[in-house]
Amino acid sequence: MLWLLFFLMTAIHAELCQPGAANAFKVRLSIRTALGNKAYAWDTSEEYLFKAMVAFSMRKVPNREATEISHVLLCNVTQRVSFWFVVTDPSKNHTLPAVEVQTAIRMNKNRINGAFFLNDQTLEFLKIPSTLAPPMDPSVPIWIIIFGVIFCIVIVAITLLILSGIWQRRRKNKEPSEVDDAEDKCENMNTIENGIPCDPLDMKGGHINDAFMTEDERLTPL
Amino acid sequence: MAHAPEPDLAASDLGEERPKWDNKAQYFLSCIGFAVGLGNIWRFPYLCQTYGGGAFLIPYLIALVFEGIPIFHVELAIGQRLRKGSVGVWTAISPYLSGVGLGCVTLSLLISLYYNAIVAWVLWYLLNSFQHPLPWNSCPPDLNRTGFVEECQGSSAVSYFWYRQTLNIAADINDSGSIQWWLLLCLAASWAVVYMCIIRGIETTGKVIYFTALFPYLVLTIFVIRGLTLPGATQGLIYLFTPKMHILQNPQVWLDAATQIFFSLSLAFGGHIAFASYNSPRNDCQKDAVVIALVNSMTSLYASIAVFSVLGFKATNDHEHCLDRNILSLINEFDFPEQSISRDDYLAILMHLNATWPKRVAQLPLKVCRLEDFLDKSASGPGLAFIVFTEAVLHMPGAPAWAVLFFGMLFTLGLSTMFGSMEAVITPMLDVGVLPRWVPKEALTGLVCLACFLFATCFTLQSGNYWLEIFDNVAASLNLLILAFLEVVGVAYVYGMKRFCDDIAWMTGRRPSPYWRLTWRVVSPLLLLTIFVAYITLLSQKPLSYRAWNPKYELFPARQEKLYPGWVLTTCVLLSLLPLLWVPGVALAQLLTRRRMWRDRDARPDTNTS
Repeated sequence: MLWLLFFLMTAIHAELCQPGAANAFKVRLSIRTALGNKAYAWDTSEEYLFKAMVAFSMRKVPNREATEISHVLLCNVTQRVSFWFVVTDPSKNHTLPAVEVQTAIRMNKNRINGAFFLNDQTLEFLKIPSTLAPPMDPSVPIWIIIFGVIFCIVIVAITLLILSGIWQRRRKNKEPSEVDDAEDKCENMNTIENGIPCDPLDMKGGHINDAFMTEDERLTPL
Repeated sequence: MAHAPEPDLAASDLGEERPKWDNKAQYFLSCIGFAVGLGNIWRFPYLCQTYGGGAFLIPYLIALVFEGIPIFHVELAIGQRLRKGSVGVWTAISPYLSGVGLGCVTLSLLISLYYNAIVAWVLWYLLNSFQHPLPWNSCPPDLNRTGFVEECQGSSAVSYFWYRQTLNIAADINDSGSIQWWLLLCLAASWAVVYMCIIRGIETTGKVIYFTALFPYLVLTIFVIRGLTLPGATQGLIYLFTPKMHILQNPQVWLDAATQIFFSLSLAFGGHIAFASYNSPRNDCQKDAVVIALVNSMTSLYASIAVFSVLGFKATNDHEHCLDRNILSLINEFDFPEQSISRDDYLAILMHLNATWPKRVAQLPLKVCRLEDFLDKSASGPGLAFIVFTEAVLHMPGAPAWAVLFFGMLFTLGLSTMFGSMEAVITPMLDVGVLPRWVPKEALTGLVCLACFLFATCFTLQSGNYWLEIFDNVAASLNLLILAFLEVVGVAYVYGMKRFCDDIAWMTGRRPSPYWRLTWRVVSPLLLLTIFVAYITLLSQKPLSYRAWNPKYELFPARQEKLYPGWVLTTCVLLSLLPLLWVPGVALAQLLTRRRMWRDRDARPDTNTS
């Protein structure tokens, strides 16, 4: 009699939890990708934890506070680590609607991820899209801050340059005698330019004087 | 025979002598900074890769020797000899040719407009690089946070950041859209920085150039070292430099090599003339020309090593991700344990599975992953910097630092080129005396920068990128070729080869060798004419089209090929003709004035008119 009951229970369970069954969800874990060397093996204790987390999520849904761990059924566990699960009602005859399960899982995805040290990419519920983290928008975008700093520096530099230019010009206007010295200095510099010891003053003498050369003569072919 | 060494001393009655470079290094670095620009980073490596790797260096070197260096020498020599900006130089050579100078000035102005818009984009990326994770790392989530924004999902996070979050590009050149305020701010900042650096001409430029010209080399070295140590770098470099000699049979290669040398050295802007005019007259401009041109080409090669080691790393990375995605699909479908298929075993296992479960394998989204396909995905221009390289940088450890370095380098490269093109505009204005003498130089520079900024705001519109492309491809290139041709012919034939050689002998101490005389007289003008004709032929072969970013296109994320509407083409043709109109216009004006002068002169001594 007991054997019959046992077979009946497993048969019902097998019916309720099947790949592609109504209200069943496939879960896929990528433990080694997430944890590398610190990856844990997937065994029945982990499965128990998973059932506990699903039951916990369902308890957060109104009217489902009585969900127990035994109401969560797992099946088809593969080496990938992937499996299917369903959540049954207390009578264990029907499965809970997919929408409720979906809402429950979505609300508590972070807790479930945390329990297994995984994230949304490594713990996938294959029909439950996860809510993405909101974009990290600081109140003032960083680029505006840096832009403000650079722009202020540039404006200050421009102002300083303009002011120093005005000041220099005012000083130059008060002392016109300095100009002649500058010209002589220029002539002297030319003589030692490039190591060619030519005196540019010689070049001026005996050559065409600009005052006599009109524009027309320049056009005469050589 | 030769002109007096300091012709402007007579003119400057206020005793204002021509400004001088503080030392030779400033002049050198300014010319190098002007020549080395964004094109060295994002055009040369692309050409090298497309045209058969090491084989491309052959047409490139030939073009350098027969076209680049001779024209460059001409510019430096006439600037240094005649001691004026481009307008003054051409007026001195022949009053009929002063239109060439005016054309150069107008062209430099037009090019500065859009070049600084590109610098503004670079600044935007630079400002956004100071955060971790980088904003182009991931797609933003959509409104109900169940997935990513559709446009981003369909293309990639990097493309989305460039086309949507930076440019906010329109789907068609006809919808101008609104001005993007963030781009406007960046444009204002770029023009403010340019103004700050050229405010007093070479006095301020000469100080800043130490940083802006040398910083890119530092960053390139860092990238070369980092790049060579990245996995997959060697594949990229081998792919780049493997010569494929058969490609040289394609005439397009030679055309592109000649155009690349020409634009790379920034010839026919008038910028080199302006820089050389501040030199002392006894400077060896011949050596300068050769050295600077060689430095420019070496920089291009050095940059391509850096660029291609990083791109090789990116291709290897993408190839590995492709394999990993396929492996994951297989593992998920057949429920194999995790990491049970290694990348090397993938193909064998795939064949085995295909034999046993063909139907299940066929429905999987498996892609063909070949490393060559990823290496082939080259890009040039803004696409390289803002899409391909930004994605490569994401995978390097310490990504924000690399992004800051890269965009900082591009920013300084663009700035130093801007100095040259702005000097090409401002030096002639100062020489001609556009504003009265009592107006300080700072005011003139400020007015020019402000005017340029206001005009350039059209590039911050949503269709701005499309306008920039057509400006760059059509308006700038053709004008530069024609003006350079006129430059060489003007100096070789109008100014006179003998007079020019005498001037150079006076300046450098030796007469130019037959190589120079031959290239100036025959080879360079002929080459320029050939390039120009070839360019026009290629342009007219098919109707001008652009590739639009249209999220509603069926083949999105591929760009949609659209034809330019008529009014756009008309605007571009007008803008292309504007600099050139100066040449015949001024020649005609001079002819009419002279004829009137001669007629008046003839009428005076004789009473009878003939």
